[in-house]
Amino acid sequence: MKLTLRVWRQKNADAEGAMSTYEVDGISQDMSFLEMLDTLNEELIVKGEDPVAFDHDCREGICGACSLVINGDAHGPERTTTCQLHMRSFQDGDTIDIEPWRASAFPVIKDLVVDRTAFDRIIQAGGYITAPTGAAPEAHSTPVPKPDADFAFEHAECIGCGACVAACPNGAAMLFTSAKINHLNVLPQGAPERETRVLDMVAQMDDEGFGGCTLTGECATACPKGIPLFSITSMNKEWLRANRKVAR
Amino acid sequence: MTLSSEYAEYSTGEPVVDTKAPAGPVHERWDKRRFEAKLVNPANRRKHTVIVVGTGLAGGSAGATLAEQGYHVVQFCYQDSPRRAHSIAAQGGINAAKNYRNDGDSVHRLFYDTVKGGDFRARESNVHRLAQISVEIIDQCVAQGVPFAREYGGLLDTRSFGGVQVSRTFYARGQTGQQLLLGAYQALSRQVAAGNIELHPRTEMLDLVIVDGKARGIVARDLVTGKIDTYFADAVVLASGGYGNVFYLSTNAMNSNATAIWRAHRRGAYFANPCFTQIHPTCIPRTGDHQSKLTLMSESLRNDGRIWVPKAKGDDRPANEIPEDERDYYLERIYPSFGNLVPRDIASRAAKNVCDEGRGVGPGGQGVYLDFADAIQRMGRKAVEAKYGNLFDMYQRITDEDPYQVPMRIYPAVHYTMGGLWVDYDLSTTIPGLFAIGEANFSDHGANRLGASALMQGLADGYFVLPATINDYLAKHPHEEEVTAEHPATVEVVRETEERLTRLLAVDGDRTPDSFHRELGELMWEFCGMARTEQGLRKALDRIPQIREEFWRRIKVPGTGEEFNQSLEKANRIVDYIELAELMCLDALHRAESCGGHFREESQTPDGEAARQDEEFSYAAAWEFTGTGASPVLHKEDLVFEYVHPTQRSYA
Repeated sequence: MKLTLRVWRQKNADAEGAMSTYEVDGISQDMSFLEMLDTLNEELIVKGEDPVAFDHDCREGICGACSLVINGDAHGPERTTTCQLHMRSFQDGDTIDIEPWRASAFPVIKDLVVDRTAFDRIIQAGGYITAPTGAAPEAHSTPVPKPDADFAFEHAECIGCGACVAACPNGAAMLFTSAKINHLNVLPQGAPERETRVLDMVAQMDDEGFGGCTLTGECATACPKGIPLFSITSMNKEWLRANRKVAR
Repeated sequence: MTLSSEYAEYSTGEPVVDTKAPAGPVHERWDKRRFEAKLVNPANRRKHTVIVVGTGLAGGSAGATLAEQGYHVVQFCYQDSPRRAHSIAAQGGINAAKNYRNDGDSVHRLFYDTVKGGDFRARESNVHRLAQISVEIIDQCVAQGVPFAREYGGLLDTRSFGGVQVSRTFYARGQTGQQLLLGAYQALSRQVAAGNIELHPRTEMLDLVIVDGKARGIVARDLVTGKIDTYFADAVVLASGGYGNVFYLSTNAMNSNATAIWRAHRRGAYFANPCFTQIHPTCIPRTGDHQSKLTLMSESLRNDGRIWVPKAKGDDRPANEIPEDERDYYLERIYPSFGNLVPRDIASRAAKNVCDEGRGVGPGGQGVYLDFADAIQRMGRKAVEAKYGNLFDMYQRITDEDPYQVPMRIYPAVHYTMGGLWVDYDLSTTIPGLFAIGEANFSDHGANRLGASALMQGLADGYFVLPATINDYLAKHPHEEEVTAEHPATVEVVRETEERLTRLLAVDGDRTPDSFHRELGELMWEFCGMARTEQGLRKALDRIPQIREEFWRRIKVPGTGEEFNQSLEKANRIVDYIELAELMCLDALHRAESCGGHFREESQTPDGEAARQDEEFSYAAAWEFTGTGASPVLHKEDLVFEYVHPTQRSYA
C-alpha cells in the first residue's frame, strides 16, 4: 500500500505546530498502525530528518500509552487502541491525518506526545482504597457478590489512555474519573471512603481544567475498553449522594 | 578446546555466598531472618531516603510500602505514568497456596512445584519464602479492591496453570497483571498525595553513583527536556524489569530495557544466570519483517485449548479440513499426565521440534494450532467467551481470524528472563545499598519460571520482602555522609554519561538504532534462543564485537541531547543490549548442560528432553564485569537441595 500521511509536527510545548505531509510506500495490510509509523521514522532518520515522536509501549492494547487522533477519531476507525489498529482498516492511496490528543488539560510535549499527568493527579486525589501493606484481612472474610465483582471489573478495565477526553467536544474527563470511582465504590472494601473518594476526585478533575459533561457520549464511543456511558450517570449519583451525606 | 574469542576465556574467582539466609528448617527461615534483621525506629525513617527505579509490580508495591512505613521515597519510571509499567500486560494470573479448592495444595507443594519447575537451579530458601508469602499477597490485593474473578457465592475463583496439578491461580479475566498493577499504582498514588513519594515519570536511570563502595544515588535523564540530573539516597532499589528485549522481538514492551541493571553490573553488581531466558509457548506468530513486537496469548488458554499439528509434513489443508485421525496432539501424546499443561520450556521446545520436522502451520511453517473446538462443544461458546473473551478478541484483532471458528495459530517467543542481578536472601546485590527486586533479580525461578509466578514474585519482593530486609541495611548504616552533585564520584559518573550520549549523537552514520537492534536480536534468536550449541554460541560471540564496532561507526541519531529524543533513548539502550548479549552467550556457552529454558543440544536424554549435569553445574553463575569486551570473572554460588531432591523432571 502507498499512503499519504498528514502529521502534526510540533518541536516542543512552546513551539507552534503544523501539519506536515509525508508519503509512505510498501505498507503491508498486516502491519499495525504504529509499525507503519515506524517505517516512516526509519526513512526519516536515514534522511537526517527528525522522526515523528509518539507515545507507545506495550503494543498490545493494555498500557494505554499510545494516543493518536486518526482522521479525526481518537485511536482511529476501529474501537481499539492505536497499537491494535492494523493497516487492513485502510485502502491503498488513502490520505491519513494523524494528530495528538487535543485538550487543554493535555498539553503537547512534542509532535504527537501529550502530557497526561492530570490523570495521575485525579487518582492521587482518592482513586485508591486505604489498605496499607500487612493490614489485610483474609481474602475470603468478605465475599463480594459476583454481579458487584463483575461491575467493578468492567470499570477497572480503564487503561487511562485519555481517548475519552480527546473524543469529547468539551475535553471532559468524566468517563475516566467515573470508571475508577465506580470500580472502587461498588466493592465492600471501598465503602469506608465512598463519599470522600467521589468528592475529592471530581474536585481534582475540575481543578485540572477538564471541560464539563454534556452527555454527548463521544467518550464511550471512543473508549477502547468499552467503559459504558452509564458510568458517568452512576458517578453523578454517587456525587449527589455524597454531597447530601456530607451536608447532613 | 579452541576458543572463539578472548572474551570467552573467562576466569573463575572466589565463590559467591548468600550470607543472609538463616540455617534451620526451611519454613522457619523467613521468620528467623525478620526477627534477626535490625529495625529502624519509625521516627527516624523519614530521615532516610530510598530511590526506587521502576513502577511495575515490584517497584510500585515497594515504593508504596516503604512510604507507608515512613521512608522518604524518590521513584522513577520512563513511562509518562507509573500505571503503564509492563507488568500491566501480564494476562493469566497469580499463584497462591491458599488451597481454597481443597485439592491438596499447600505452601510446601507450591515450593516443591517451583523448585522442580525451575529445574533445580533456584535457591530453596528464597522459593520457600515466596510460597509462604503468596497467601498474604492475595489478601493484600483483595483489600486494595483488585477485582479478582469470583464464584457465584462471592468467593474467589481459581484456575490451573502449566507445570502443576492443582488449581491455585487467581485471576481477573485475562487482565490479572493490569488489575494487580493498578492496585499497586493506587497505593503508590496515595503516598504521592501524602507527600511521602517524590515521583519522576518520563525519567530514565542511566547510571549508578557509588560512594565509598556503597550505592548512594543515580544519574537520570529527563526524557522531556534531556536534562541529566543526579539524585541521592541511603539505598537504591532497582525494579526495572527483565532484559528480554535483547532479542528485539519479544513480548516485552517496546521501551522495557536493561540499562539500569546493566549499568549497575558495570559498576560492580554481579549478574547471575544471564542465559536463563524464557521462551513462552503461546504467542501470536510473526507476519513479516516489519514486526516490532510479539503478542502473548495467555498460557491459561492451554487449560481448555488443545495443541496440535498435522501428522503429515507439508499438509497445507485448512485446519478444519484435517480429519481427527490425521492430527497429532503431540503434547498429549508425549506427556500424557500433564498433556497441554506441561511447563513453558517443554511446550516451547516441542513446538519448535514439530515445526523443524516440517509440520508447522501458517506462514513459513512457524506455528502450531491451539484449538478450542472441543472446549466450545463441552462448555458452550458462552462459557468460553466468559473465560477467554478478551484474549479471543485480541487474537482476532491482530490476525483477522476468528478463533471461535478456526484454531488459533501460536508460536514460541521470548517472554521473561529468569537471570538478572545476583541478590542474596535480603535481595541485596553485591554492591552494598543496592537492591534488586522483581524480574530485575535472578533469585526465585531457577532455569524456568512457572506460569503465574512472575506476578507472585514481583509483589512478594515489593510488598513483603524488601520492606523487611532493607530496614536491616538502613539501620546498620544510620547517618551516612551527605552526597551532593559536587562529590567527585558523582561528577565522574555524570561526565561519563554525558560523554556517551554526546558520542552517540556525534557518529552521524547511516544506520538507524532499530536496524542494529534487529540485527542483534536475530543473531540472539538464532544462536542463543530455544536451542543452543557450542558452535552456534561461538559464532555469536565472534559476531557481537563486530556489531559493536559497526554500531559505533555507523549509528545515526538525529536531533540533540537537550530535547525529547526517542532515537537517542533507543540508541543508548542498544549499547547496553550489545554488551549484555555477549554475556548471555558466554553464560550459555559455559553452562554445557541443559536445564529449564536453557537447552544445549549436546546435553539431552535419548528422547530429546533436557539433561541436567548436576555434578558439574548445580550452581548459580554470577558474573563480574571487567570491561567492555573484556572477559568477565565467574563466581559460583553452590546450590544445596535439602528438601526437594533433584531428579530428572518428568511430566510424562
